[in-house]
Amino acid sequence: MNDEYVLSQKFKIKGGDFSNAGRTSTSIKEILKEIGIDPSIVIRASIAVYEAEMNVVMYANKGMVTLNITPVKLHLKLEDEGQGIADIDQAMKEGFSTATHEMREMGFGAGMGLPNIKKNADRFKIASRLGEGTTLDIIFCLNKTGNK
Amino acid sequence: MKIKEIIEKLQLKALAGQANLDVDVSGGYTSDLLSDVIANSKEGNLWITLQIHQNTIAVARLKDLAGIIIVNNREPDDDTLKKANKENVPVLCSQEMAFEISGKLYELLKA
Repeated sequence: MNDEYVLSQKFKIKGGDFSNAGRTSTSIKEILKEIGIDPSIVIRASIAVYEAEMNVVMYANKGMVTLNITPVKLHLKLEDEGQGIADIDQAMKEGFSTATHEMREMGFGAGMGLPNIKKNADRFKIASRLGEGTTLDIIFCLNKTGNK
Repeated sequence: MKIKEIIEKLQLKALAGQANLDVDVSGGYTSDLLSDVIANSKEGNLWITLQIHQNTIAVARLKDLAGIIIVNNREPDDDTLKKANKENVPVLCSQEMAFEISGKLYELLKA
């Protein structure tokens, strides 16, 4: 019963496409707002999906976000095809970044992306294969309210 | 306080998003790191930054910010203004630096 989807939708992200970066996270935020998800969860999910989207834009060739909502949870799955992450423990450290000089000048590459996702999610899983891509599972519980 | 009053008091120049200047400003957030703004800014904040590229507009939209103040008289890219007009995000320009404009905005909003 609890696995019944209230909503299931996929979004494509193009690697390197800075001019459309943020579009997917904004669309997802609008959807979550519209279907009446708790505002504090909408904010946390928006932060997490923005960071994940920017990682695809900056480091991958392409990616796909799957938004699945059941009565009890909101699940954002990000799958990308690209360079992957060599050392996940290192990538999860605040301040660590492999961003280029140009990205840093634009205000990216603060090394806050993955830590911000983990901080905001109720559950977070990351898996990566070097040279193939990275998969993130970002989960929010809907059966409780208030801040994490 | 509404954006249009702040524009007048801080002598800002509205470069885009003029249709949305009646919005109430809840506070300010000063930073040039996008992840920091995404994580810590609040709905209705004016974002003070030197960043002039179009990705700032997505950040402002995502966090429902009231608008962006660009400091040091920097001129935003054309893409930024185009996107700002499309998304209705006010982009304001100041001749002052971030420290000064943050201080003045703080005083205004505190009153």
